[in-house]
Amino acid sequence: MERDTISIKGIRDGLMVTLGDGELAPLVDKLAGRLAEQGRFFQGGQVALMVGERLMGRTELEGIGAMLARNGMALWVVLSENEETQEAARGLQIGTRLPGSGSELAGGTTMPEEGTELLAAGRMTSDEEQPGVLVRGALRSGRRVESTGHVVVIGDVNPGAEIFAGGDVIVWGKLRGLVHAGAHGDQTAVVCALELVPTQLRIAEFISVPPGGPRDKEPVPEMASARDGQIVAESWSPGYRGQR
Amino acid sequence: MTGRVITITSGKGGVGKTTATANLGVALAQLGHKVVTIDADVGLRNLDLVMGLENRIVYDLVDVIEGRCKLRQAMIRDKRLEGLYLLPAAQTRDKTAVSPSDMVLICDELRSESDYILIDSPAGIERGFRNAIAPADEVIILTNPEVSSVRDSDRIIGLLEADEKAAPSLIVNRIKPEMVEKGEMLAIGDVLDVLMIKLIGIVPEDEQVLISTNRGLPAALANGSQAGQAFRNIARRIGGEEVPFLSLERERGLRGWLKRAVGSR
Repeated sequence: MERDTISIKGIRDGLMVTLGDGELAPLVDKLAGRLAEQGRFFQGGQVALMVGERLMGRTELEGIGAMLARNGMALWVVLSENEETQEAARGLQIGTRLPGSGSELAGGTTMPEEGTELLAAGRMTSDEEQPGVLVRGALRSGRRVESTGHVVVIGDVNPGAEIFAGGDVIVWGKLRGLVHAGAHGDQTAVVCALELVPTQLRIAEFISVPPGGPRDKEPVPEMASARDGQIVAESWSPGYRGQR
Repeated sequence: MTGRVITITSGKGGVGKTTATANLGVALAQLGHKVVTIDADVGLRNLDLVMGLENRIVYDLVDVIEGRCKLRQAMIRDKRLEGLYLLPAAQTRDKTAVSPSDMVLICDELRSESDYILIDSPAGIERGFRNAIAPADEVIILTNPEVSSVRDSDRIIGLLEADEKAAPSLIVNRIKPEMVEKGEMLAIGDVLDVLMIKLIGIVPEDEQVLISTNRGLPAALANGSQAGQAFRNIARRIGGEEVPFLSLERERGLRGWLKRAVGSR
């Protein structure tokens, strides 16, 4: 990591913010600036803060937590190789590692209680934990909605509007814009709409462009999912029980 | 008097904003209202041409803003119609010469002495558009029945919603009934299906408009023009009158209606 840099990327359950080396205050200012700029997309999200070997006390973590809260986000996990920083995080009831496997930090120590609980909760189900976005009203051309979790729109999604969701996308209306569900790689993500006629549909790494031309049938609610490497849309059947 | 400020905008260029502004100005003035039209397209002014007032410009919008003249001095009175005025744009400056708050101040001053202030917005979604909508009490979206125009209108409506402006109303301009019938052009229903706002006018494509525009004689001034009649109807609707217009169910019969309206063929 270069000096004086921050990086923000979406992970399955939230955002991963990595703080580079250098003075803490300017980095936090820079992060605040980035969040304020793009804040609307991150609202309601939880942040995993990766700080490397940096020593951070309770006050510093609280400061960052407050700044995130002002931007509508929560400090969720602090990932650090520094034991004192981990201790400070635990003291604030903040987890010190990501739920699920493979997220242990190199050199990280074994987690005590809080971390373990978080891990268990994360394994049980991710769905309830994921932040979601609910949009009431039509999404018109030029609007972009992003969430690391699910996105629900009550209204039409017009051509020229875009939705990027880490999870599922549900449109209670006509879906005519661009939708990317499972944008962080979740192939089990689905897209449901009362009328499914998107400009383009993406689930995880798959992209589908619906056939053009006039449709002769009456529109029916449909659900699209990725199956055998391609996106399939099926009309909604009342018997569906949410199996994937 | 508390004048209503109405901005005519479209996002896309070339759909007929300037022509519509000129015609609505004429039609509202014909109804006896005092109307000021403002050209907000600084640097690309056209409204003066369409209204046939180009050669009478002495001062313009930017002169008012920069204090070189009084608002009254820059307003050009139309000699053909009582109560119709034009506040022209500057041609040698650009959009940055005007700010949204300048527009609000000017319109506030005009409100007390006019019934309607019509603002001709430039194309786009940048500064010029922002200037044009800042003082608006109402916004009229002008769209052509084609996908690119509808898409841009949708974007504009979204921007207005984000600005918490009142829901705009819609004029569909330059519709060709024969093409709609053959499925070669979007029908009114298709346009409304996407835009979901209140329709206040349908203006058919009319060669008369082009001719009269080039002559600086808005079509609404002349009698034999279908488009002119459509604009006169819209003016009455703006005034709150219920004027029947081609309802969507009767769209298939639009051609027949037009034939009857002009009494030919």
